[in-house]
Amino acid sequence: MDNLMLIWDSLPALLKGMLVTLQLTFAFLGLGFLVGISIAFGQVYGNKLIKTVISVYEKIFRAIPALVLLFLFYFGAAFIGIKLSAFISACLAMGLRSSAYQSQIFRGAIQSVGKEQMMASRSIGMSQFKSIIYVILPQILRLSIPSWTNEFAIVLKDTSLVYALGITEMLRQGRYIIARTYGNSLLIYITAAVIYFILVFAGSKFFGLLEKKFKIPGYETKEEKEGVRAV
Amino acid sequence: MLSNPPILLLKNIHKSYGTEEVLKGVSFELNKGETKVLIGPSGTGKSTLLRCINQLTPPDQGEVWLNGTELTDSKVDINKARQQMGMVFQHFNLFAHLDALNNVKLGLTKVKGMNEEEAKSKAIEELERVGLSTQASSYPAQLSGGQQQRVGIARALAMDPKLMLFDEPTSALDPELIGEVLEVMIDLAEAGMTMLVVTHEMGFARSVCDEIIFLENGKIVEQGSPRQFFESPEHKRTQGFLDKISELYGGAER
Repeated sequence: MDNLMLIWDSLPALLKGMLVTLQLTFAFLGLGFLVGISIAFGQVYGNKLIKTVISVYEKIFRAIPALVLLFLFYFGAAFIGIKLSAFISACLAMGLRSSAYQSQIFRGAIQSVGKEQMMASRSIGMSQFKSIIYVILPQILRLSIPSWTNEFAIVLKDTSLVYALGITEMLRQGRYIIARTYGNSLLIYITAAVIYFILVFAGSKFFGLLEKKFKIPGYETKEEKEGVRAV
Repeated sequence: MLSNPPILLLKNIHKSYGTEEVLKGVSFELNKGETKVLIGPSGTGKSTLLRCINQLTPPDQGEVWLNGTELTDSKVDINKARQQMGMVFQHFNLFAHLDALNNVKLGLTKVKGMNEEEAKSKAIEELERVGLSTQASSYPAQLSGGQQQRVGIARALAMDPKLMLFDEPTSALDPELIGEVLEVMIDLAEAGMTMLVVTHEMGFARSVCDEIIFLENGKIVEQGSPRQFFESPEHKRTQGFLDKISELYGGAER
């Protein structure tokens, strides 16, 4: 009973932390999306120089551990005399890191859409930019949803790492509660774990629905077609 | 200045991929209302030549003139010029995320700047022209190859081009679907469209085209009227190729 009370009492603080966790997730994914999709197009359509620069960028951000990136941005900014809050440093470090991963998702999608679609749209007189906006982008966004769902889950869970910069996201809120109440730490961690699980699960469900909603008719798998017939 | 420049004029077109020279100086012209058929063994640069015309693959050397404008001039607005040249692809290349109507409509709204309503009625008109108005809301993956290709033709026609380029429009189709596409093409030719067609359909060549151009190893080997071509080809190589084609497609006598 005491245990249940402890969970109940800790919920407001944990949920407050959860909001920060969600803010971080949106910020990381948003920055990662904008940068990632731009460099994916650069990687496919850019000239040699652009391709090389992007490939170096992408390799660096994928090779360095997240925690190290967080420290590098936070302390690095201070070192060169720029004052960045922990929140902004975290957004830059984790957002750019996610952009490296997201660029690979989008690059694969652009390549699988193929040159033919670009050729067709150029042939009716569309500029390259318009072709990207009206022909390529709508297709790659659809194709990317499954892999992107995965990236969403990873980024959401990795927000717990910014704990190390002192940002009071959910995990740090949990630590505060434990310190304050001399409570059962395991119980708090389990509660936090359950909240993380629910967030990831709900998010994945949401993207699953999105995928279904935007599915291009005619591409259903055989099972789905037969499923429809069976109903 | 001559009063009527040809719709299309090619002068000495060269194109290499790496060290391999695919086109070695091709020249010919196409006048208004003419249909010419390009034939030749695979790998002789027929598709490359078509793409050199609308600059999807800019030639290394030589000039392309469309209705008195040089397209190989770097100052030309190529997006504008391309609206005057419809292209039909071997593998249709329909926009996979759009239904038939929107495939045809996209260029009208986004390139020509038409408003929704105008574009829609124009798109429906073009779909009717290829016999597909009932399939307007079908997506490419829901259409047969022949239907997809007809949407492809409608998409190109919607831009009101002065010239239509066909890149082996029927060679990816099942035999029973070829007819419906050829029918549309024959109608077009008879309605006075200027067309350049890469195809192995000798029946089409024989019945509607004004001239056949035989391309081999990046060069024009022979060109002439279908009659001359089929009855008394000047070159042995042409005869050999025609024999092989009619053996494969059985279309020469129609």
